[in-house]
Amino acid sequence: MISVASIFDHAVTLALAILSLSFLVTIYRIVKGPTLPDRILGLDMLVAIAIGFIAVIGIKTGYTLYVDVAIALGLVGFLATVAFARFVLSRGKTEDDILSEAREAASAARRQAKAAAKARPGSAAGGMDPGPVAGKTSGRQDNE
Amino acid sequence: MNELVTLVSAAFLVIGSFFALVASIGLLRLPDVYTRMHAASKAGTMGSCLMLIALAIHATDVGTMSRALAGVVFFLLTAPVSSHLLAKAAYAVGYRLHASAVMDDMKPKDEA
Repeated sequence: MISVASIFDHAVTLALAILSLSFLVTIYRIVKGPTLPDRILGLDMLVAIAIGFIAVIGIKTGYTLYVDVAIALGLVGFLATVAFARFVLSRGKTEDDILSEAREAASAARRQAKAAAKARPGSAAGGMDPGPVAGKTSGRQDNE
Repeated sequence: MNELVTLVSAAFLVIGSFFALVASIGLLRLPDVYTRMHAASKAGTMGSCLMLIALAIHATDVGTMSRALAGVVFFLLTAPVSSHLLAKAAYAVGYRLHASAVMDDMKPKDEA
């Protein structure tokens, strides 16, 4: 006959292990997540899992002050998700929009550089002109 | 009686963590942000609420129990609000549904 206490200990350990696994899976989604809303959703899920962790640790240690920590963490997670949603709305662009804008800017700059080189075939101006333009386009691509 | 309470709280812990695992697998496997929202905001909230209920069952004093249940109610109220806001913001900005989505009720009528 297994004692109730040992069943309980095993349940706590099992819960902690499963929660750790789901934490790792969620972090993979946050790192991989193709878009910003995916990452925000992952952070929301991370907060939910952390609340679960706090509940399990509160049961395991019997230190019931952890309940207040869980409630405060839930409040912070809610406010963070709302603020991020407002940020997505006020940014007003998807990742695809930003990429295509950067590509358009780069090709426009390339066209401009080519036109400038054709208009002034002088060696000094032709050598100097594409330099800053190329630097500008690469700077934009870094911003993506 | 005391043993029964301990067993029930252990069961709630394991079931709640299982819900959290299912939610994170859904977050991993589903195709776009709107479908992932189903997993994260329903199964995820269910998981953390079940674990807080386990804490409430296991607690011996009324204060801890009522605070844990207040936390459960708070999460049940805030999770739909936050994920609805996020979904609405993502849709308004123009994040597309996955190609396998069969219908889009919010698409403007003249484009349909």
